[in-house]
Amino acid sequence: MKTKNKYKLVCGLEIHVELKTASKMFCGCKNDPFGAKKPNIYTCPVCLGLPGALPVPNKKAIEWIIRLGLALKCPINTFSKFDRKHYFYPDLAKGYQISQYDIPFCGPTTLKTTEGIIRINRIHLEEDTGKLLHQTVDGEQASLVDFNRSGVPLIEIVSEADIKSSKQAVEYAKKLRRIIRFLGIADCDMEKGGMRLEANISLKKDNDVSLPNYKVEVKNINSFRYMQKAIEYEIQRQKKILSKGKQPIQETRGFNPQTGKTFSQRQKEGAKDYRYFPDPDLSPIFFTKEQIEEIARDVPELPSDIKKRWIKKYGIRDKCVDRLVKNSEQVKWLEKLFSLAAKKQINPNKLVKAILNKKINCDLTTSVNKALSLFVTQNSKKQLDIRLLEKIVNDVMLLYPAQVEAFRAGKTTLINFFVGQVAKKVGKGVDIQQIRQFFEKKLLKKK
Amino acid sequence: MMLMDLSIPELSKLLVARKISSVDLVKESYKRITAWDGQLNSFISLKDKKIAIREANILDKNRTKNSGALYGLVFSMKDAYLALGTKTTCASNMLKNFKSPYSSTVYQKLKSAGAILIGKNNLDSWGHGGSTENSDFGVSKNPWDQKRVAGGSSGGSAIAVASRMVNFAIGEDTGGSIRNPSSMCNISGLKVSYGRVSRWGTIAYASSLDTVGPMAKSSEDLAYVLQEMAGADKKDASSAQKKLDDYISNLKKRIKGKKIGLAKEFFSKNIDPEIEKIVRKVAERLTRLGAEIVNVSIPHLNYGISIYYLIALSETSSNMARYDGVRYGNKRESLSPETIKRIILGTYALSAGYADKLYKKAQKARTVLIDEYRRVFKKCDVLLAPVTPSKPAKIGELINDPVKNFLEDLYTVTVNVAGLPSLAIPAGFTKDNLPIGVQLIGERFHEAELLNIGYKYQQNFRDYKKIPTTIKN
Repeated sequence: MKTKNKYKLVCGLEIHVELKTASKMFCGCKNDPFGAKKPNIYTCPVCLGLPGALPVPNKKAIEWIIRLGLALKCPINTFSKFDRKHYFYPDLAKGYQISQYDIPFCGPTTLKTTEGIIRINRIHLEEDTGKLLHQTVDGEQASLVDFNRSGVPLIEIVSEADIKSSKQAVEYAKKLRRIIRFLGIADCDMEKGGMRLEANISLKKDNDVSLPNYKVEVKNINSFRYMQKAIEYEIQRQKKILSKGKQPIQETRGFNPQTGKTFSQRQKEGAKDYRYFPDPDLSPIFFTKEQIEEIARDVPELPSDIKKRWIKKYGIRDKCVDRLVKNSEQVKWLEKLFSLAAKKQINPNKLVKAILNKKINCDLTTSVNKALSLFVTQNSKKQLDIRLLEKIVNDVMLLYPAQVEAFRAGKTTLINFFVGQVAKKVGKGVDIQQIRQFFEKKLLKKK
Repeated sequence: MMLMDLSIPELSKLLVARKISSVDLVKESYKRITAWDGQLNSFISLKDKKIAIREANILDKNRTKNSGALYGLVFSMKDAYLALGTKTTCASNMLKNFKSPYSSTVYQKLKSAGAILIGKNNLDSWGHGGSTENSDFGVSKNPWDQKRVAGGSSGGSAIAVASRMVNFAIGEDTGGSIRNPSSMCNISGLKVSYGRVSRWGTIAYASSLDTVGPMAKSSEDLAYVLQEMAGADKKDASSAQKKLDDYISNLKKRIKGKKIGLAKEFFSKNIDPEIEKIVRKVAERLTRLGAEIVNVSIPHLNYGISIYYLIALSETSSNMARYDGVRYGNKRESLSPETIKRIILGTYALSAGYADKLYKKAQKARTVLIDEYRRVFKKCDVLLAPVTPSKPAKIGELINDPVKNFLEDLYTVTVNVAGLPSLAIPAGFTKDNLPIGVQLIGERFHEAELLNIGYKYQQNFRDYKKIPTTIKN
């Protein structure tokens, strides 16, 4: 019997993120490649790879990658080191990149998505390269190099090939971005290249246990939407090839947003040999337990945990609060707001909605008290004129004398009936509480 | 009287007393360079004499009683050091037009101590060699016999000191590059502990082995120079935070009872019997000064060449990756055959499938050697050893026999592999009047102890005072 085989996506992501430390990874140059007004202004012998220059590691960058590792519950390697990765490219000043090979700062962990768990293999620290610009200079085609970005601290997060759909890939990447931003260690500006995505994509037959023996790498994707499209396109492209009984070529491809298609960039000649070895200019790095614990103290509660806690503690509904949790400062402010609101028996979900609709500002410089009283005034309902209210109440009481009797006899639940009658007459947006209080007084007074 | 023959403290005294001036020193220096450098080829580049005299003039004017010992003295550096505005070639055509856009820490320190840099010395390009024959700027010649090599790779610097062109020089030692030419030219040279002197601004040969050290006539002079150039540097992550010793006041300590180790592996089959005799004579002389001789062993010393070259060439293949036509306007083909050979060997040792057998294995063996040295220093204070197994070779003799050439480094390379300090001092002469040096190897950061023993030795045995008759005047 013939079984019809469907193809399944096998996908892993490599995500690069530039840390926003004040200075570069191995020198004192300003780390602001996007803000630089001119090319090559934030450079020195170290990031230009001049003869005799030596790297000195940026302590903050190392603390930050460990902060991320701890937040993601990675095991932290208390012995770590930097290695040299060799390859030739004009934007690589030294002919090698200082990276981490066999002992990254952060070991394996997992991240949950709605479609299942994704294993993260490792997170390591390295330096970014310069940037090539292809321009016409004095009428001639020229390739120019800008080293402002050379040596910017870069973290690489490598996942296992656990991603099963393009949607899941986006969810995973977005979740990581959110955590990184929340930790305050990077802006992850995708348009500027502050966060770069690389997808390793292949397909296997539904019933195959082993991984496919090829993979296609789609590099330098700078938006989540493009990544989703690139993966979708690759699935279709590879399916076609496979269904003809052929195997897609192992290669690196780029994504063209205009066509929505991927295109071949270069084919790999077997395995690359980067000739990794420990950078002899940089001593291995040892951490004590105490040092790791100290960094752990700076790791805030993560958005997903905060959400869970707020649902439990304040009864905040899941979806809406998600968009509020941007950084830990804000979380502290919101925490105060919600606990004060709880004391005053103010509906937290309405409060969240008001913030989301920008009716009250989640401005950290305003006091929580002020924000809350603003919310209360905004939400207090239309107060009816007492004389008008008295008139309407009197009318209702005259219309329903039997019910008035019954109420006075003790059937207090009838209050809702009266309030309803009044509300009908005055229309929407009235303060039910005001009517109720007024009615109660009135009914009891005449007793 | 030749001023260049005087020691640093002697000169300093005369300068402060205004009996001589820095201008006198500079003039004498240029006189000697003009007279002899045409033959010896010690310098790759020389400062304009007028500029040097102007600098000396300013220093003379600003001299006070408190001016330091190096204030107004003349020195040169191996052309592997960056000094702002100077041509820095590393003796390679690759960098023949390269001007330093910044300064090395060692140059800055010496400059602020008032020393005058008058030029940059020849070397085996990139430090790749032990004879200064592998230079794109011509061979340097031994002042004791111009048919012979001066040693290397800091050959030019050794010649400059030996022929009294400068008061002192700065060399660089990765596998013997200070000690080897010091020995062959009858001067004193100190290879410091790894981390003792900043490497910032030194063109790297092999980063985990490279050390920056002084070369001078005597141990005493070395102490004065080291005092100014050593110390931690924020720009060099491998520089040690360890406090500096007072090298000068330590010179005069008693050495009675010092245990001098002789390791049998340093007297291997291929050692020239004349050299062995000189080393043993030095040992005997040291006992006369109150030291004791202890026989020790470093079993894996014989693997030194393999360990050293696997590590050094792996590192150099990586360090050389930055030099290309895109940046320096000269193609990779402009590197010398020796350098290309070393890059290829190092690349091979780091390649996938070979790294485990070669580079990584060498790193493990390195740990073994470090350990063996550590154990030896439980039995003795310092080791006494020859510097090279052979006397200075005839030009062309070794460079054409690569294996023998590598083997010449056996006695020096393991010191770099273990990161130890070693002092080379003149010890005697062969029958054909070629200088032979010995080295004193100490525990890491024990430079003061080595200089102390060297000083006491040189107070009593004055081979170091001799200069070749051919260039006396």
